Amino acid sequence: MTLSPEEWGIVALSLKVSLVAILAALPIAFALAWVLARRRFPGKILLDALVHLPLVVPPVVTGWLLLIVFGTNGVVGRWLAETLGLTFMFRWTGAALAAAVMALPLMVRAMRLSLEAVDRRLEGAARTLGAGPWRTFATITLPLALPGVLAGMVLGFARSVGEFGATITFVSNIPGETRTLPLAIYSALQMPGAEAEVTRLALISVALSIVALVASEALARRSGYGRMGGQGAHVL
Amino acid sequence: MSFEISVTLPRGAGIRVDFAAPAGLTALFGPSGAGKTSLLDAVAGLLRPREGRIVAGGEVLFDSAAGIDLPPERRACGYVFQDNRLFPHRRVRDNLLYGPGLGATARRWMTLDEAVAFLGIGHLLGRMPATLSGGEAQRVAIGRALLSGPKFLLMDEPLSSLDAPRREEIMGVIERIRDELRLPILYVSHDRAEVERLAGRIVAMGQERLAP
Repeated sequence: MTLSPEEWGIVALSLKVSLVAILAALPIAFALAWVLARRRFPGKILLDALVHLPLVVPPVVTGWLLLIVFGTNGVVGRWLAETLGLTFMFRWTGAALAAAVMALPLMVRAMRLSLEAVDRRLEGAARTLGAGPWRTFATITLPLALPGVLAGMVLGFARSVGEFGATITFVSNIPGETRTLPLAIYSALQMPGAEAEVTRLALISVALSIVALVASEALARRSGYGRMGGQGAHVL
Repeated sequence: MSFEISVTLPRGAGIRVDFAAPAGLTALFGPSGAGKTSLLDAVAGLLRPREGRIVAGGEVLFDSAAGIDLPPERRACGYVFQDNRLFPHRRVRDNLLYGPGLGATARRWMTLDEAVAFLGIGHLLGRMPATLSGGEAQRVAIGRALLSGPKFLLMDEPLSSLDAPRREEIMGVIERIRDELRLPILYVSHDRAEVERLAGRIVAMGQERLAP
């Protein structure tokens, strides 16, 4: 199976969009996971629901909401364009934003479960040994939660590579700019006689997804340490 | 006085504890639910009392009237937990060196070699905690507490998960900490024979409770 230069470009764009999406979403996802796992505050259920919204709302609605908020005339979109020169409309950055929003619930979920599985009594032990709160976080909490954090990133990456509905709604289907793997498959399906291209791109999608799922599962298993939890990060 | 404690613990209607103890090993003795572990947590700074005052080794650790509440990392207490709480992702050596690795050299008075020799755990240094037996894990936990440079020790039923020969062995270690290292120890137990053998002073808990 050989890919044309154009198809390689599609794969490369997909990987770029997904990678940027995951890296940008990581700090936000971890902060949300931390707050949901460790803090109690009024409105927590609301925040939890909001984070999970992209998982259940039709992706086309998410794309439309992104248009309203991050579009040229959107509140946040205008502000970002004026202060950072960052625009999303019809650009790959918009595809990355859509992918990040769609991947966020999966990332938060995996990270939250791994943080909840960390035995807080170990953090107490570290404190009595002389470690301050930040030191305790860096040497105990984070290492114990790390497999789940990585698993969340891999899952989010897989979700990003597959993102379709919100992307096509938000930033359209522009070759070389926003036409990622699923959008390219969709376009090829509209063309007569492109069955071979559809097959090739579909196989690549499946292969990427399998690699990501296996990697995430391997990471979840690694969080065992003989007796600790971590089972929450499993997807298979 | 090694310990001067007068606090109300935030358990149920509130548990009142009031005693002063000289140097040596002081046992907190009483049925489960009497608040023994809660009291150790309060002395360590892991549980905030409703009100009161905790002095250990001449230093005021908590005083609700004066607004003093030192964080656990500044209390210099060596806490040996009932369930040992070794860090599962670190080898025995890195568990032992966790306190010293924080750079609190000023308060350290024992080296790794001394602790390893004192406890006879040299052959365990490369192992992961999950592979240790109960007695081995408890000795490592005691070593980790000693190496953090404590001014006093808190021990929460350190023998409860061990079989008879291991109990004997760890009890010998505790007697040597008491007599050779001369560390003040607050020791929680519900075993009368154990308490009578180890303790210079026994504080009975579980009688005094505040009405709601």
